[in-house]
Amino acid sequence: MIAEAPIRLYGFHGGLHLDDRKSLATGQPIGEVPLPDALILPLSQHIGGAAKPRVKVGDVVRRGQTVADPQGVVSSPVHAPTSGRIVAIEPRRVPHPSGLKADCVVLEPDGLDQWLDAPEWTPLPDFTAASGEQIRVIARAAGIVGLGGAAFPSAIKLNPGRVVDTLIINGAECEPYISCDQMLMTEQADEIVLGIRVVLHALGAPRCLIGVEDNKPAAIRALSRACEKDAHIHVVVVPTRYPQGGEKQLIQTLAGLEVPSEGLPLDLGIVCHNPGTVRAVGRAVCLGEPLIERIITVTGEAVAQPRNFRVRLGTPMRHLVEQAGGLKGTPGRLLMGGPMMGFALPNLDVPVIKATNCVLALAPETIRATPEAQPCIRCGECVTVCPSRLLPQQLYWHARAREFEAAENLNLFDCIECGCCAIVCPSHIPLVQYYRFAKTEIHAAEAEKREADAARLRHEARLARIEREERAKEEARARKKAALAAAKSGAPTPPPDAAPAKPAAAPATAPTGDDDPVAIAMARAQARRSANNAVPAPASVETEPTAAETNPPTPADDDPVARAIAAAKARKAAKEAAAPTPSEAPQAPAEDDPVAKAIAAAKARKAAKAAATEIPPDAPATESDAEDPVAKAIAAAKARKAARDTAADNRE
Amino acid sequence: MNRDLISSPHLRVQPNVRGVMLRVLAALLPGIAVFTGLFGPGVLLNLLWCIAAAVLTEITVMALRGRDWRVIVDGSAVLTGALLALALPPDAPWWLPVLGGFFAVSLGKQVYGGIGFNPFNPAMVGYVVLLISFPVAMTAWPSPNLGWATDAVSQATALDHARTALTQGRTLTEVFADPGFESASVRGWLWVSLAYLVGGLFLLQQRTIRWQIPLGVLLGMGLMALIFWGIDSDRYASPLFHWTSGAAMLGAFFIATDPVSASTTPRGRLIFGLGVGVLTWIIRSWGGYPDGFAFAVLLMNILAPTIDRYTPTRVYGTGRRMERP
Repeated sequence: MIAEAPIRLYGFHGGLHLDDRKSLATGQPIGEVPLPDALILPLSQHIGGAAKPRVKVGDVVRRGQTVADPQGVVSSPVHAPTSGRIVAIEPRRVPHPSGLKADCVVLEPDGLDQWLDAPEWTPLPDFTAASGEQIRVIARAAGIVGLGGAAFPSAIKLNPGRVVDTLIINGAECEPYISCDQMLMTEQADEIVLGIRVVLHALGAPRCLIGVEDNKPAAIRALSRACEKDAHIHVVVVPTRYPQGGEKQLIQTLAGLEVPSEGLPLDLGIVCHNPGTVRAVGRAVCLGEPLIERIITVTGEAVAQPRNFRVRLGTPMRHLVEQAGGLKGTPGRLLMGGPMMGFALPNLDVPVIKATNCVLALAPETIRATPEAQPCIRCGECVTVCPSRLLPQQLYWHARAREFEAAENLNLFDCIECGCCAIVCPSHIPLVQYYRFAKTEIHAAEAEKREADAARLRHEARLARIEREERAKEEARARKKAALAAAKSGAPTPPPDAAPAKPAAAPATAPTGDDDPVAIAMARAQARRSANNAVPAPASVETEPTAAETNPPTPADDDPVARAIAAAKARKAAKEAAAPTPSEAPQAPAEDDPVAKAIAAAKARKAAKAAATEIPPDAPATESDAEDPVAKAIAAAKARKAARDTAADNRE
Repeated sequence: MNRDLISSPHLRVQPNVRGVMLRVLAALLPGIAVFTGLFGPGVLLNLLWCIAAAVLTEITVMALRGRDWRVIVDGSAVLTGALLALALPPDAPWWLPVLGGFFAVSLGKQVYGGIGFNPFNPAMVGYVVLLISFPVAMTAWPSPNLGWATDAVSQATALDHARTALTQGRTLTEVFADPGFESASVRGWLWVSLAYLVGGLFLLQQRTIRWQIPLGVLLGMGLMALIFWGIDSDRYASPLFHWTSGAAMLGAFFIATDPVSASTTPRGRLIFGLGVGVLTWIIRSWGGYPDGFAFAVLLMNILAPTIDRYTPTRVYGTGRRMERP
């Protein structure tokens, strides 16, 4: 047996012992896949903002060349996996639960597979001389994202700007059928350990624990051998129990700590990476190689010869499955990912992307039938197996009744959607589907509320502006009068730029144009504002401290996204009329989220149309708003969302 | 392929409601066997009448409600009928189990919307309706005797016997010393209880039920009995007597564990069980009925939603101080 690392194992609550079905695909070494006729490269192969094409149709590219640049902090570039010509940049079907099309760069290989003459960044074979910042920059340029399936841009987790004392390598791979990490750890243990050293150096962390489930003895042996001379790296054998590979569960197993709800592993001084990810970081830093291929398990009872392959990104899944001998019979279901958390693919005409760890063709007899679910009998099995220690059945009752607030109070957002509850439910209720539904509804409602808030703030800013202009006009008139009078009487003229009286919350006399709707609205707003005056108002929408704390401060002084949005708004406002120029937007953990962008755009449009809302303002719009409240609101919302997306959520 | 219906997890789900119900029925078999051995074929007749009435009622009501009556295969009506039958006197007239089965399923379950929606334990609803409507027929138990004697005398159960004796001013110590009391009632019930205990342990091992409710029931009953028996053993029976008489074992493992009407949170189930145990002991010792199990379960059913509300689980990542050990 392997020498255990000097570490105590803890356990996590619940979970299931599943038949792992991994041996289907682990009989042979990792295979190579010949280049297909075309590589389809989606611009969004990661969590965060889609990349922006750098190439045009007709361009000739070399292997390893960047074809699309990241947009925003949470984003990742896309590289050419081989040399060839760009034949199209257009929406194609991508592997996504929605089944929708998305923009892709289509590359026709020339068969030469020529690398760039020199990598786009300087490799640092002696990474120990590099700074964490340098390593982070390279990882970003190399397009490295989490290869465990979530595809979160890894650079963000390489130099978080906070103390990290443990790097955890998540080699648990607890989903049945999937064995890509297992094969990689078995065959490329040295490269993984090199990557670990690079990442440890970037993090400045003293130790690394590699968690591997005890059903992968070959991988454990290989890794133990590869790191036996390194006192900082330990292989820890963990029990095979789904979802052991969930980040939160593995942390609990290895450290006995729980990641705070709404928090990050970083709050515990822990960073987690997938073995394939650290290997890619190692190769990017030491060899200058971007992420253009990955290991993918092609398996399932409906695949003729299941196997793991090294696959260029963008390879159509059909081509990949053909390498595994094609399909046997009619598969019951085609999935990307594992049977517990993967999603169904409409067909195999989609490319593999950075997040594709497995292409799974399940035989009809292995999949869950979709009969009508029977009523819940409250047996409580779901409570027993829930690794997040939630009350799944109560969440289900609330989600079903659309009582979303109650579901949120029961920590709906701490659900990791592992599916254990649905697997043990004797009534065959598709529980996870209910939770997803509830989460989506809550997010939608929040987005709507944000939109309404922003519209209201803009509207009030506009009223204040009109009021200011009116007053300025009146003052100008008064000055003119005075000047005239002075000219008549020969008195000294008051300086033309005499400071106008501060129109604070106390309303000046509103112009009473009887049929002037603006004036009426203004008067109303003023009345409201003076009513609110007694209460010291909070500064409109503040970035939540929790979000600010749980997110590593970005090295940039302020968030480029928020700035860009603010700038766009400023332009628009300038078009409308003279408006307060937003100076620096508040700093927020950036997240270039296309949804947020779209919302912002819609908001701007809507705000322009907005009529007087009846909601009492929570902040009087001061006349010289240094910061655009809308930008602020968006930034705050983004901060909240980013905090949530990184695996945490609403707790009271 | 309808994509709307596809959601992870995709693996086949093994357990189903029918399996749960069948396992519980299987676990009842040892108890049924011993019970029948002691009290004769009346037990089986009760089972037959009760289950037939329960199943027919379920089918009829489902049809009247315009639902698919074939859900009868889930076995829940069968189980309700069986549990109720085992709580009836073995020589009860045929209409007693029939009425019981009918009320259990109609009033106890279907009026609330069928399986999964009943706030009360259906078998106990049926039992209480019968107990209140036909007290004489419901409390006439034959003496358990190991020969299926045709001339079985109607006599009080041990619990009933003890109660009556107390009201007559005798002490329990005297009662237990009575010739015949020990051999007939107590030993008979002891065997039945043990058989149910075996079935209950099987259910625990099968993970069909969880330990909180049975333990809570037995602890609640046992602790109360222990305290008062320690104070005055002339007036209060021992924990062992309470555990092995009446519906204690059947109730703790098979009746109180009905998931639909019990608490659902782990801590809540323990509290629920304790409540059932304590209330059963109170009704037995101070109340107007020889055995209080049915009332105790129904009372705790009323409390179950409240208990659930105040016994949430501690969700991962909340409530505990998170720091390095």
